[in-house]
Amino acid sequence: MIIEDLTVRFGAFTAVDRVTLEIPPGRIVGLVGESGSGKSSLARAVSGLVPYTGRIDGAHNVQMVFQDPYASLDPRMTVGDSVAEGVRGRRDRAGRRAEVDRLLGLVSLPADLAGRYPRELSGGQRQRVAVARALGAAPDLLVADEITSALDVSVQGAVLNLVRSLRDELGLSMLFISHNLAVVRYVSDVVAVMHQGRVVEAGPTGQVVGEPAHDYTRALLEAVPRLTGGLRE
Amino acid sequence: MRDLQKAGPARRVRSRGSGPRWAMRQAVRFAVSLAALLVASFAMIHLIPGDPVRASLGPAAPIELVQARTAALGLDRPIPEQFLTYVGNVLSGNFGTSFLSGEPVGEIVAGRLPNTLALALLATVVALLVAVPLGMGAAVRTENGRNRGTEYAFTTVTGTAVAVPEFLYSIALVTVFAIGLGAFPPAGKAGAASYVLPVLALAIGPIAMIARISRAETLRELGSDYVRLARAKRLPAARLYLRHVLPNTLTATLTLGGLLLSALIAGSVLVEYVFAWPGLGLKIVESITQKDYPVAQGVILVYGAIVLVVNLAVDLALAALDPTSKIREA
Amino acid sequence: MKPRLPRTPAAVAGAALVAAMVVLAVIGPPIWGATAERIDAAAILQGTSTAHPLGTDSLGRDLLARVLVAGRFSLALALAATLIGGLAGIVLGALPSVLPGRAARLITGAVNALVAFPGLLLAMFTAVVSGLGARGAVLGIGVAIAPGFARLTQTLAATVAGSDYVSAARMLGVSRRRVLTGHVLPNIAEPLILQLTQSLGGALLGLAGMSFLGLGVQPPSFDWGRLLFDGFARIYVTPEVALGPAAAIALAGIGFNLLGDAMAKAAARTAPAGKKRTAAVPPDPGEPDPGAVLEVRGLSVAFPGGATPVRELSLTIAPGEIVGLVGESGSGKSLTAAAIGGLVPYPGTVGYGRLLLGGRDVATLSGKELGTALAMVFQDPMASLNPALRVGGQLAEVAIVHQGAGRAEANRRAVDRLGHVHLPDPAATARQHPHELSGGMRQRAVIAMGLMATPRLIIADEPTTALDVTVQRQILRLLREVTEETGAAALFISHDIAVVGGLCDRVMVMYAGRVVEELPVARLAAEAAHPYTRALIASLPDMDTDRDRPLASIPGRQPAPSDVGPGCAFADRCALATARCAAERPPLISYGEAGRVACWEVK
Repeated sequence: MIIEDLTVRFGAFTAVDRVTLEIPPGRIVGLVGESGSGKSSLARAVSGLVPYTGRIDGAHNVQMVFQDPYASLDPRMTVGDSVAEGVRGRRDRAGRRAEVDRLLGLVSLPADLAGRYPRELSGGQRQRVAVARALGAAPDLLVADEITSALDVSVQGAVLNLVRSLRDELGLSMLFISHNLAVVRYVSDVVAVMHQGRVVEAGPTGQVVGEPAHDYTRALLEAVPRLTGGLRE
Repeated sequence: MRDLQKAGPARRVRSRGSGPRWAMRQAVRFAVSLAALLVASFAMIHLIPGDPVRASLGPAAPIELVQARTAALGLDRPIPEQFLTYVGNVLSGNFGTSFLSGEPVGEIVAGRLPNTLALALLATVVALLVAVPLGMGAAVRTENGRNRGTEYAFTTVTGTAVAVPEFLYSIALVTVFAIGLGAFPPAGKAGAASYVLPVLALAIGPIAMIARISRAETLRELGSDYVRLARAKRLPAARLYLRHVLPNTLTATLTLGGLLLSALIAGSVLVEYVFAWPGLGLKIVESITQKDYPVAQGVILVYGAIVLVVNLAVDLALAALDPTSKIREA
Repeated sequence: MKPRLPRTPAAVAGAALVAAMVVLAVIGPPIWGATAERIDAAAILQGTSTAHPLGTDSLGRDLLARVLVAGRFSLALALAATLIGGLAGIVLGALPSVLPGRAARLITGAVNALVAFPGLLLAMFTAVVSGLGARGAVLGIGVAIAPGFARLTQTLAATVAGSDYVSAARMLGVSRRRVLTGHVLPNIAEPLILQLTQSLGGALLGLAGMSFLGLGVQPPSFDWGRLLFDGFARIYVTPEVALGPAAAIALAGIGFNLLGDAMAKAAARTAPAGKKRTAAVPPDPGEPDPGAVLEVRGLSVAFPGGATPVRELSLTIAPGEIVGLVGESGSGKSLTAAAIGGLVPYPGTVGYGRLLLGGRDVATLSGKELGTALAMVFQDPMASLNPALRVGGQLAEVAIVHQGAGRAEANRRAVDRLGHVHLPDPAATARQHPHELSGGMRQRAVIAMGLMATPRLIIADEPTTALDVTVQRQILRLLREVTEETGAAALFISHDIAVVGGLCDRVMVMYAGRVVEELPVARLAAEAAHPYTRALIASLPDMDTDRDRPLASIPGRQPAPSDVGPGCAFADRCALATARCAAERPPLISYGEAGRVACWEVK
C-alpha cells in the first residue's frame, strides 16, 4: 500500500505533515520517532481513527494493535468474545468457535484461554489476544503502535518473535511503530524515521541504520543505549 | 449537597483554560446562560396551567378585576411583545409588582437579598474553615491505611452527617438551643446571636461533604512523587503539609467554595423557613404558596443571576490562581 | 466478578435501614392504615401519652401510626422522582453521542449550565410551573436530579467511546448497535445503577423538603415532609410531635447514603490487606567496609500478610561509583531504593543487619543530615516537582530548612546549581513553574535539587524511563558527571539492562525480591553467568542483534515473592533447572572477579 501526502491536523497544530510512505506487501515497515513526532497520529490516520487529508491506497482492511494491553480489551468481555468480534462471515457458533481457536493458536495461546476475562491474563498474553483479534478480520495491513513498550523485558522478545513469524508465515504487511530504534531495526525490512511530523529518512533497514543520511537519524542512533559502555569515559 | 460532588471534578477540568480565547468563551457562555435564564423566568408565568391572574385572585374574584389586572400586567398582549417589554423592564431594574402587596418586586429583593447573602457567606466561610483542616488532618492520619479506626470513624460520621438534610438540623437546633435551653433566639434576625443557629444548620452538611473531598484530595497529593521527594529531603512535617500539599488542594477547595456559596444562596430556603429569617428564601416560599407570581418570578431570576455570577467569579479566580494559566501573566 | 458489599458495621447498618424502609413501605398501610385515619375529637393536638407515643394531630389522629403509614408514599414518590430524573438524565446524556455535532454541543452546554444550578432552585421552578402538589414536587425533584445523571452518562459514554477497545471494534467493522450493546452499555451500566441508588436517598430528602415547605404533598395526602410541616407549627408547645417524621426522614437519608457509600466502595475495591505481620530477621552483618559510602547488609522489606518483596539484599557502593539495580516490575528494585531512602510506605516494615551511609547507621542520622546527604530522582519528572511552586523556591528550600541559609543566599545557590546541570538560563528557570519546563529540563532541575547540599548518595529510580532516548542520553551523562564531581555514590534503578550496562560501573540483577547476580559491567555482555541475566540480555534486541534469528524469550512469569517455594525462584522458567533447584535455594556466592551469583548450575 502507499500513503501519499498524508496530513493530520488537530486544530491549528499539524501532527503529521505531508507524509509519503510505501508499505510493500508482506513486509514490515518500521516507523521510529520520539514523543510528539507524529508517529501515533500517522498510525491512527492509517487505521481510519482520525481524519486526515491525502491518499491511502491499496489497503481496504487495516487493523491496529494498541500500546496498552490493559485498555485495549473490553474488561467485561471474555477473550473468546473479543477475538470473535473480528471473525467475519461465520454465522454459526461452532464455526466461530473453531476460528477463534485457530486465531489463538496463531499467536501461540492455548484455546482454553477463550473463556477467560482479560484481567486473568498477563500483559504479554493480552497483547497476543489483541493481535489475534486483529488477525480475525484478515487485514491487508496490521498497524502495531508501540505494542511492546508496556511489556516487561522478558516478554518483549516473545512478542517481537511473534511479529516476525506473522510476516514470515502469513505474509502479513505491517506498519510497526516504536520509539526504540533497536526494536524497530530488529523486526523491520524498511525503516522510516519521523521527526516533527515529517518522515526525514526512509530506506532499507541496513541502509538507514548503517549509513544514516539525516542528522536526526544519526542523533537517534547515537542515543540508543548500549550494553557495553558509551557513557563511562 | 450531592450536586457538589458530581459537579466538582468536571468543573475543575473546564476551568483549566487560559488566554483570550478562553476568556471569550467564558463571556459568551455567561451571556448565553443569562439570556436562557431571562427566557425561563419569563416563560414561568406563561407555563403555569390556567390563568395565573385568576389563580392568584381566587375563583370568587369578579371578572372585571381579573381583566383589569390582566391588562395592567400586559398579559393580554401578544407573547413576543410581552417578552420584549419584560426584558426592557428587567434591564431598567423594574421586576414587576407584587399581586398581593403592590410593592415593587425590586424593592422586596433589595431589602431581603443582603440577609440571605450574609447567611450563605458566613456558612460558606465557616464550612471551609472547619472542613479543610479536618479533611487534611484525617488524610494525614489515615494515609496508606494506617489508623483504620480513625478512617472508619471519619467516613461513618461524615457519611451520616451528609445524609441529614439542613431542615432537620434547623429543627433540632431550634428545639434544643432555642426552645429548650433558651441560649439563642428561635427565629427572626436580631443581632449577632440570631445568626448562630441558622449558620450552623446551613454549615453542618457542607462541612461533612467538604471534609470528605478535602481528605480525598490530600490523599492523592500525598501519594505523588513531589511529596516523596520532599520526604526524601526530610522537610519538617508542617512545611510539607502547609507549603507543598495545601496549595495543590486549593483549586478543588476554591471550586467547592464557589459551588457551595451558590448552592447555599439558593439553598438557604429551608433554613430561612425554619428560622423565619427575613431573606429571599422565605419570600419565595410565601410567594409560591400565595400564588404571588411576579414575586416568585423576580426572586428566581435574581437567584439564577447570582448563581451565574458566582460561578463566573470562581472560574476567573481559578484561572488567576492556577500557575499554568496565562491570564496571570497578562 | 460481582462486587460484594464490605461487611463493615456502616454498610450493614445502611443495608438494614434501607431494608427496614422497604418492609415498612410494604406492611405499613395495611397494618396501621386504619389507626392513622381514625379521627378522635377527644384527643386533638395532644403531646406524648401512652395511647399516643408521638401525640396526635389537629383531628386527633395518632401520629406514630401516620408516620409508619407515610413511609410507603414517601418512598414511592422518591422512587418516581428518581426514575423520572434518571431516565431524563440518561437520555439527555446519551443524545450527544447520537446527534450531529451542533445539536450535541448545544445539549452538552445546556447540561453543563444546569449542573451548576442548585437543585432546589430547579425543583421550585418546576413545582411552580406544574402546580403545587405531589405531582409538581416529584417532577421538580426529577428535574433537579436529571442534570447530574446527564453529566455522568456523558462522561461515562465518552470514556468508553474513546477507549482502545471500542476503536478496535470499529476497525473490525462491528456495527454501531453492537458497539453500543456489547461495549458501551455493559461498561456504563454499573456506575449508573449505583448512581440511581444514591439518588434515591437524595430524592427522598428533597421531596421531604418540598413538602415541609408546603410546596409538596397537600392534605389530605401526607408524606413524612407534610407530617413534619404540621409538627413544626406546634414545635413551641409539643416539640415531640415533630420527632417522628424527623427521625424517619433522617434514618432514610442515612440508610441510603451509607448503603450507597458501601456500594461505591465495593465497586472500586482493591484487595484488602491482611493482618498477619512477619518481622524480617536480620542476618549477621559481618565487618563494616570503611571505604564504602553506602553499605547494606541483609536488607528486607516486609508487608503484613507475609509478603516480603525484598529479601536479604546486600550491596556496597564506593565514592563516585554507580551501581545499577536491574529487574522486571515486581522484582523489588524500587522498594529497595525506597528502603535505603527511608521511604517505604506504611504498612511496610524494613529490617536490616546493617544500613550505613558514610559509615553511620541511617537510623542514627537526623533529618537534617539525611536530607542533605541523600538525593533522589524519580521516574516521572512531571510529578516530581510541586506544580504549585516555582522551581527556584523548591530548590532553595533545602538550603533554608537544613542549612540555615537566608532566602537570598538560598536563591543564589539554587540558580548556581541549575546552571550546574546545564540548564541554559538558570536564573529564568528558577523563576518558572514546573509546567513551563520540558521533561528533560525538569529531570535536570530535580538533579540540581539533590545538589543543593553535598549529597553522599544519589538514588535514581528509573529516572529516564519517561524520557525520549536523546534526552535520556543527556540525563545519563549528567548523572555520570555529577557522581564523578561530587564523589557521591549512586544507585541507579532500571528495568532496561542496556541502559544500566551503558551507565553503571557494577550491575546487580534482582529477581523475585532477591539479588541473583552481581558483576562488573565490563563483564556483563560476555560473562554474565546466571541464566536469568543471560536470558534478559538475549531477549533484548540491540543494534548488533542478528536479525535472522529469533530473540530469546523466557516462558512463564516472575512469581510474586510470597509464591516462591523453598528452591530457586527462577527454577520454573529456567532451561537448566534440576531437581535440586526446585528443592533448595542457591546462595549468592563469589563468582569470577568481583562477581557474585546465586545458581546451582554455574560452576
